Amino acid sequence: MNAKKGIEVSIAASIAAKLARVEVVAAYPITPQTHIVEHLSELVANGELDATYINVESEHSAMSACCGSSAAGARTFTSTSSQGLELMHEILFIASGMRFPIVMATVNRALSAPLSIWGDHSDVMAARDTGWIMLFCENGQEVVDSIIMAFKIAEDRRVLLPLMVNLDGFSLSHVIEPIEFPSQEEVDKFLPPYNPLYTLHPDKPVTMGAYAMPELYTEAKYAQEMAIVHSKEVIVKVMDEFGKQFGRYYKPVETYNTENTDVVFIALGAINENIETAIDRLKEEGKEAGLINLRLFRPFPTKELLFALKGKKRVAVIERVMPGGATNGPLFNEISSLVHSNRMNISIEDYIVGLGGRDVLPEDFRDIFDEIKATPGKRTKSKKDKNFSVIGVRG
Amino acid sequence: MMLPSIDIYAANTVSREEFAVSGHRACQGCAEILAVRLALKAFGRNTIMVMATGCMEIISTPLPTTDWKLPWIHVAFENAAAVASGVESALKILMEKNKIPRKDINVVTIGGDGGTSDIGLQALSGALERGHKFTYICVDNEAYMNTGIQRSSSTPYGAMTTTTPPGKKSIGQSTWKKDMPKIAAAHNIPYVATACPSYPFDLLAKIKKAKMVYGPSYIHVLSVCPTGWRIPSNMAIRYGRLAVETGIFPLYEIENGEYRLTYNPEPLRQVGDYLNGQGRFRHLTPETISEIREHVNADWERLKHLCGVK
Repeated sequence: MNAKKGIEVSIAASIAAKLARVEVVAAYPITPQTHIVEHLSELVANGELDATYINVESEHSAMSACCGSSAAGARTFTSTSSQGLELMHEILFIASGMRFPIVMATVNRALSAPLSIWGDHSDVMAARDTGWIMLFCENGQEVVDSIIMAFKIAEDRRVLLPLMVNLDGFSLSHVIEPIEFPSQEEVDKFLPPYNPLYTLHPDKPVTMGAYAMPELYTEAKYAQEMAIVHSKEVIVKVMDEFGKQFGRYYKPVETYNTENTDVVFIALGAINENIETAIDRLKEEGKEAGLINLRLFRPFPTKELLFALKGKKRVAVIERVMPGGATNGPLFNEISSLVHSNRMNISIEDYIVGLGGRDVLPEDFRDIFDEIKATPGKRTKSKKDKNFSVIGVRG
Repeated sequence: MMLPSIDIYAANTVSREEFAVSGHRACQGCAEILAVRLALKAFGRNTIMVMATGCMEIISTPLPTTDWKLPWIHVAFENAAAVASGVESALKILMEKNKIPRKDINVVTIGGDGGTSDIGLQALSGALERGHKFTYICVDNEAYMNTGIQRSSSTPYGAMTTTTPPGKKSIGQSTWKKDMPKIAAAHNIPYVATACPSYPFDLLAKIKKAKMVYGPSYIHVLSVCPTGWRIPSNMAIRYGRLAVETGIFPLYEIENGEYRLTYNPEPLRQVGDYLNGQGRFRHLTPETISEIREHVNADWERLKHLCGVK
């Protein structure tokens, strides 16, 4: 057992990338991701990390350079946030379509306009269908462990897909937490060097990124879809291996206090810790609520979630993105589609919280709990003409 | 006195190995695929190609076939230079770590005029400024030919394209061609040159120079497009020569900031010899032609001055 060390989570994320022995980093700074790339560039500058750091001129080029470097056979890492992720958007599809196992730490932040540098999930939800594997982290330790696991998952020959490790802007990225770092030897034992299937090299020329006529495009996309669907087995396996070696066990879907109650919250990211606090306080009042924490969002952990939802009656989906004219937020739609296609009798409510870094307090979750417990399906004041409620909206 | 049969001799020095093989879908008489084919001969086997979306990508790689006998990658339209940055950086670190054998590998990026002077300009500027060791070749056919002849910032003044049609209120393209070689040179890179496959040995010599420099190099190749220029498909070489002989597309190089004309076509032919006969300039009035002539002559004088030619 290694000693825990108090450290800013962003710095910890870059140390995790170093422990994973990344070979090329192509990144552009953006708040609140900056500390990750700053520290990585320091590690490279001091010779502590034997890698090439490309100071690209935009996030679009960051992701493009990552594609090039991954194609040439280097273990590749980058990091971004918000507008930066949107600027990469086009290339995100290409990275997954070309099956490059790039790992990216995405420090989640709201999108303009109005400009906001603070955290929510607008950025990653706009990129949710890009074919990337997406993990969400609740705390700094998960960030470090996920980045190390990420390469092992992404580079698995059965997967070969890019992977995004999501951490909430400021509320996680800039927090100092006690974190346990595995030693380099332990990580080396867990994570073998990247052994690519094909690379760009004159000794064995290959063509990458060709175009497909209509008679082949569907098959190519179907193969890609099967890769991400089946990646879940590898994800579970890697998480188990990680647990066995490092003693910290992860699952695609984590639950908290779900045994004694038929009311559960479902959420992504660091807000899960607030919900756990709220659940503890509810318990003191003699109320029981559970939490389903989705650590894995893509591929959507259908089987695990159905298992966690078994016997539940009322679900409050907590999400940090405005639906943009959709019926509900994206997480609600995922869960609702799962529940209905499996004919489960569960009442689901959608709550939009913490947009643009707005604080969400344990009391807010108590209010949500009281509302769904007392009157499931009842339309509250804030959602007269909508299917979702926005917590804390004034006027 | 030079060898009288230098051209015959020079042809024999060119590699017979083909890296752009037959079976691609380029239009008849395409000078662009010719330019790429020649350039690849000069680069040789130890080359990785990074290509922007465009004519060359579309004609050469319909799945599951490929025209390229070299490692080749295409990611998107505007990012070829950034992809090349990643490839070059990865090769460097992998060789340093002895993960792949140490070898001189040319990273060659090919983009059209749209992918270079318009949408890809930022990625190109970034890659040139960062000093990656790679060669960027712009194959300039003076419009977005891949999508059906729409204007780019490299389309010459007065040319008809489908988005700059001549009409009562329009002469066609209303701006002068963007000077990409000078933009590339402004990054203070070691080598910049213009070339045209109508002058194959000049093109080959420049590629060989670009290959040798340590750092980024940029080669701007005029690639006649019979389809888009509305000329017969057997006239591509002729029009490339006319572009050079009229001073419209001079052949020069900038080596460490020093300008040098690699071919002096003086006395220049009349620009009309080049413009007449191309469908894209068919609508031009004598006034516009003389406007073009003045512009070309002024540019030519400036270039001669930069090259120290009296």
